[in-house]
Amino acid sequence: MASTPTQTPKDPSVFEPRIVAFLCKWCSSAGSDLAGVSRMQYPSNAVPITVMCSGSVSPVYILSAFNKGADGVLVSGCHPGDCHYLKGNYFARRKIFLVQKLLSFIGIEKDRFRMSWVSAAEGAKFAQVVEEFVRDIRTLGPQRKLKAKR
Amino acid sequence: MTARRTGVFVCHCGTNIAATVDVKRVAVEMGQEEGVVFSKDYVYMCSDPGQSSVIKAIQDNQLDGVVISCCTPTLHEKTFRDVSTEAGLNPFRCEIANIREQCAWVHSNRDEATEKALKITTSAIRRVQNNEALTPIGVPVTRRAMVIGGGIAGIQASLDLANAGLDVVLVEKQPTLGGHMLQLSETFPTLDCSQCILSPKMVEVSKNKKIKLLTDAEVTEVSGFVGNFKVKVKQKAQYVDPELCKLCDDCTHVCPVVVPNEYDQGLTGRRAIFIPYAQAIPASFNLDEKSCLGLNPVVCGKCADVCEAQAINYDVKPKTYEEDVGAIVVATGFDLYGLENMGEYGMGKYEDVLDGLAFERLCSASGATGGHVLRPSDHKEPKEVVFIQCAGSRDPENHCAYCSKICCMYTAKHAMLYKHHVPDGQAYIFYIDIRSGGKGYEEFVQRGMEKDGTVYLRGRVSKVFEKDGKIKVMGVDTLAGRTIEIDADMVVLALAMQPSKGTADVAKTLKIGRDKDGFLAEAHPKLRPVESVTAGIFLAGAAQGPKDIPETVCQASAAAAKVIQLLSKEQLEHSPAVANVRLSHCTGCEMCVDACPYEAISLTGGGKAYVNEVLCEGCGTCQATCLRAAIDVKNITQLQIFDMINASIGG
Repeated sequence: MASTPTQTPKDPSVFEPRIVAFLCKWCSSAGSDLAGVSRMQYPSNAVPITVMCSGSVSPVYILSAFNKGADGVLVSGCHPGDCHYLKGNYFARRKIFLVQKLLSFIGIEKDRFRMSWVSAAEGAKFAQVVEEFVRDIRTLGPQRKLKAKR
Repeated sequence: MTARRTGVFVCHCGTNIAATVDVKRVAVEMGQEEGVVFSKDYVYMCSDPGQSSVIKAIQDNQLDGVVISCCTPTLHEKTFRDVSTEAGLNPFRCEIANIREQCAWVHSNRDEATEKALKITTSAIRRVQNNEALTPIGVPVTRRAMVIGGGIAGIQASLDLANAGLDVVLVEKQPTLGGHMLQLSETFPTLDCSQCILSPKMVEVSKNKKIKLLTDAEVTEVSGFVGNFKVKVKQKAQYVDPELCKLCDDCTHVCPVVVPNEYDQGLTGRRAIFIPYAQAIPASFNLDEKSCLGLNPVVCGKCADVCEAQAINYDVKPKTYEEDVGAIVVATGFDLYGLENMGEYGMGKYEDVLDGLAFERLCSASGATGGHVLRPSDHKEPKEVVFIQCAGSRDPENHCAYCSKICCMYTAKHAMLYKHHVPDGQAYIFYIDIRSGGKGYEEFVQRGMEKDGTVYLRGRVSKVFEKDGKIKVMGVDTLAGRTIEIDADMVVLALAMQPSKGTADVAKTLKIGRDKDGFLAEAHPKLRPVESVTAGIFLAGAAQGPKDIPETVCQASAAAAKVIQLLSKEQLEHSPAVANVRLSHCTGCEMCVDACPYEAISLTGGGKAYVNEVLCEGCGTCQATCLRAAIDVKNITQLQIFDMINASIGG
């Protein structure tokens, strides 16, 4: 085992963001598996949802996540040109700009949404992407703008 | 239809999961989730008792959906879907929640990891509760295979496939089969002559009616999927007709062009019309269009004038072949780490600093000097030769981080061959470690030291420079703790192995991954070493990682066996998790038609989208494109995703 589990209680003063991570099955989810096999440690804030392709992640999913109270949304796919489905990630890439613009328009910091390219061989990169994203969202603080009032 | 009798099974995986995730708590809390009627944890869910308990729970509780919270679905999804089938539950009503690789192994705080495991498992429960029962779609198989690369790996794979009765298309970029193995003089640890053991196999390929050989050819386009690929192969113009060429050699005598002979690593020259080796397959001269003058017949045309067989035609055009195959083996081999990268050892600057392949050509009876080891600069016999191992390998700061695996052995062989050619000469080898794992390998290295007096110096070389006609090699012997200076006549570098130059393009064309060093990536490093991540595409030889000839042959035969296994089926099963159109919502806007990477969607006469289920791979690009949510991939529909998002946030 790379580390011994700890029982430290959470520090209530540290903001723990809630993050949804859409990972494509072939590259980024496989990359996150490699991070696991290699016992790389990263924050537990991002909960993965494995989809077939980053191209299948509709902007509606991203808005829905914010609406449900997410503080950040990560979409990760194969590197451009390496898509398992030939060109799905090009569709995903085209949507980034659109989604970021839309988020700014409705008053959400555009940095709450991030897209990354992580291949099946890039376990270390996956851990790093999550670590950096969690750090950045922590700086931004909680997302309240779009969160539905319950 | 919503499933409402869900079972949850949480695995401890010994302590792999249980050490970080409170699995008992996960099982208890999941048991209280809506629609969950059964929940338990067990130490090894994948063990036989674990599987039996899943079957029993499904049957006793009439479960209509199960979630197994365990390791990545790439490992045990199949196990538990088979278990579901055995229990009478549709396998597509079984989902895996990955709480090991994506949770337990990457977090150390128990509370946080448990919270995350709860979210991941709930997400899978929400998904499975709306999963449809599906049946795989049967797809016909093209019982024909393609092998890319005609080195020893490609040759072995092609022969194995052809001998199993399959038709094979073998595509090679160079004008002849044989690859780098044909350049070698002798092979370790038996000192077999490389050409003597390779050429019978090459001849076998050329005589085998089942093998269609395309040399001078490259794969340019691949479409389709496992069992039914369509591959476009472009073959350079064949100016010399191999059927007509009589190998008389008259053409080379009149050709006015001389260029460095790449098959001799540039140690000799060749004409623009040439034959790479006497044993070349196809047995024919070739015209190198880059250096030939005769493509403009006003300028030259001498070879065509003297060719009695009239085999030469300057007007031939490149050809494109379209091949239907069911599986592809990629065996595109290696190249040596570029000379330009090794400036510190005087590579490319001094004529007498050579790479390993050039030294092979000096030793080879068919090589540059007719089998005499002579210095390229003055054609004198070198009396002291320094071999430098790990030139470019095991040097993460400056070069390649990995070990090229074969250099220890071939350098030991080089020193031995040198001694056999120049009995009064002395060979020195600078090394970091000697890695001689393999049958007869260690004995071979010892034989070099004891019988042939090879001097091994443990340490790195710091400087190589020319002085008074000698090549001064300065290094350090770390075992004796002294600096070393050798006035060598020749220096041979054991350069690192790299994936061959076109590997990146081949990987892109075939949509298969590469690892961090650029070698082709296998689906699993231990359990699926000859498969790529893409179904139906297999890997063999040094394109997948540095390896020697025995290992390459092993992997080639293994890849062939995998292809035979795949193509022995009458029908392949295609995943039924395909796109599905809700006709009431479809307006026929055709956005999904444009987005589909597989051209699986078309518009019917009624102006609605129609999905060809055999072509659909279920990627969901259409799903994200449709403005009216009229198209969904089965078992990962938008409504399911919304539920999963909810669960992931903990809402």
